[in-house]
Amino acid sequence: MNIHEYQAKQLFAHYQIPVPRGRAALTADDAMAAAGELGGWPVVVKAQIHAGGRGKAGGVKLARSTEEVATIARSLLGRPLVTHQTGPQGRLVGKLLVEQGLSIGKEFYLSLLVDRTAGRPVIVASREGGMEIEKVAARHPEKIYKYSIDPAVGLQPFHARALGFRLGLSAEQIGPLSRLLQGLYRLLSEAGASQVEVNPLITTATGELLALDAKVGFDDNAVPLHPEILALRDLDEEYPLEVEASKYNLNYVRLDGTIGCMVNGAGLAMATMDVIKLAGGEPANFLDVGGGASKETVKEAFRILLSDVNVRGVFVNIFGGIVRCERIGGGIVDAAKEIEVKVPLVVRLEGTNAAEGRQILAASGLKLEVAGTMWEGAQKIVKLVPKPAVSAGGVR
Amino acid sequence: MSILVNKESRLVVQGITGKEGSFHAAACRDYGTRLVAGVTPGKGGTTAEGVPVFDTVEAAVEKTGADVSMIFVPARFAADAIMEAAGAGVKLVVCITEGIPVFDMVRVKRFLEGRPTRLIGPNCPGIITPDECKIGIMPGFIHRRGPVGVVSRSGTLTYEAVWQISQLGLGETTCIGIGGDPVHGLDFVEVLELFERDGETEAVVLIGEIGGEDEERAARYVKSSMSKPVVGFIAGITAPPGRRMGHAGAIVAGGKGTAAAKMEALAAGGVTVVNNPTQIGETIGRLLKRPGKSTSSRRSPSSSTRRKRK
Repeated sequence: MNIHEYQAKQLFAHYQIPVPRGRAALTADDAMAAAGELGGWPVVVKAQIHAGGRGKAGGVKLARSTEEVATIARSLLGRPLVTHQTGPQGRLVGKLLVEQGLSIGKEFYLSLLVDRTAGRPVIVASREGGMEIEKVAARHPEKIYKYSIDPAVGLQPFHARALGFRLGLSAEQIGPLSRLLQGLYRLLSEAGASQVEVNPLITTATGELLALDAKVGFDDNAVPLHPEILALRDLDEEYPLEVEASKYNLNYVRLDGTIGCMVNGAGLAMATMDVIKLAGGEPANFLDVGGGASKETVKEAFRILLSDVNVRGVFVNIFGGIVRCERIGGGIVDAAKEIEVKVPLVVRLEGTNAAEGRQILAASGLKLEVAGTMWEGAQKIVKLVPKPAVSAGGVR
Repeated sequence: MSILVNKESRLVVQGITGKEGSFHAAACRDYGTRLVAGVTPGKGGTTAEGVPVFDTVEAAVEKTGADVSMIFVPARFAADAIMEAAGAGVKLVVCITEGIPVFDMVRVKRFLEGRPTRLIGPNCPGIITPDECKIGIMPGFIHRRGPVGVVSRSGTLTYEAVWQISQLGLGETTCIGIGGDPVHGLDFVEVLELFERDGETEAVVLIGEIGGEDEERAARYVKSSMSKPVVGFIAGITAPPGRRMGHAGAIVAGGKGTAAAKMEALAAGGVTVVNNPTQIGETIGRLLKRPGKSTSSRRSPSSSTRRKRK
């Protein structure tokens, strides 16, 4: 789960990580009021969307007067902002962050995340603040400093000394850096964050350390254990069908192809998308109905798949393990009748009692094709679905 | 031979009195696994699925000699359950539970350092040695004993591959699902090492997916140390970047962990990569030069035959 910058900065403040003064605003009037509360100029007006690259895309602007704040706020609010991470349609800006403008001394990159290979938290930092860290890592790996943290003892003062002196901070700045790192580490170890990124971390003209930007990604497995974090979820930033699917514990990710697929198991669901592509089609989605595909989950899955207007055909690929295929077959038949699936439907059932399951499908009177293998199924559905005018593989 | 589990393995199920736990404990026992105990705190002294239930893993190990544990406890308690099993000296812990917070697993991994306990999972289907022992939630009947080792990050996709292998008349020594979480127990390299040393395993199927770099490290291991042929498949060539595809660990982040990069790495390591998962079975059959019936004859893994295939 991702949150907005203004929410991340509230969390930062809670964990004693210094951030610029400021607050969120929903309207131009509110933005002007927020600017006035800061009591000085310039102020920075930042569009709040769940995507990076806002600065380059014109979503972060400096204002030197109340009038300027109003003009900028009106130009951003209610309009899509297109960055290199949003795709061509961009993301609608519904909130702004108005904060004090600061004179920047030095800029650094700093993040803490779980290194999945080592299975340990790691600090990643660089003097190349404000840059895309992937680019720095690719071109100048020597400019990236990494410190692994032993979770048995947690972050230690020496981490701050080692990192701080490497970054060229003064001895007086090591203490503040240590406290800032502790705050970030607690977000990981206590609050369920999987990655916290400060880009840039700055020193001000007076030598203060400050998180000028803040990005926090949460571990979806940890969020349910932290209601205060779950409350930060912004459904407007998620695709409506994906929100709908999540209510039924369906793992659904929309793509922009034409062949909807319904599969049990995440790996098989990905493989099914891949096979549709290999057969010459474009998958419309990833959808994992989970291990025990019941009639109810199948019904909801059909409903969600078919509410995507791009879907011109559906491929159901189920490998029945513990769940018997005749029950799944029955579930598909019931669900397809209730939902009235009007597009071509290909069903492949394999595993426990697969023959009985196929029998039920064949005898159902439903207009569907039964496939013996995943490959046969993919080829059948691709043949039945007219080719899209423009083929695309990206998201949304 | 086989790896990690066989008919001597003695199973304790943590969470045996829950719905999933009792169902799968029974299914494992029915397959032939030596189920010896269950653990549910507060229910010690009762029985479930015909075996005694204990309050702690320590007591179960002491009284029944259990050496493998299978965990079905809810996600928020699962990390603790893994550490309890390791603390009690259980040699192999198989954690089926899905949804364990990543930082919990970070602590678990640290706790396991220096201990003899191996962990499979979490968020995995488990491990099976056909005709001997099933410790997991996979359907037993799709398996057949034979010369192929299977290791995978997936569940149903593994069943798919296993079914192809079994239907060709080949079969499996041991199949392991290492799980779909970013921080987990056994990884591809550790399992490949075990298959390489196992006398019965003649070839290995490796099923990876987007995210992380387990597959890249596996590729380096295959190149440097593996004499047996390996067939690889990576799920998620069509997965969009930045989106989690069901499994917590299946995400392309910062341009890293793509299926294309993993396939390339595996191929460079000498793995026969298939881009169509429905061809896993026939490909392994071709490499074993036995597309039809299985035999029990063993091919000695001599280094002179290494990686001529491609």
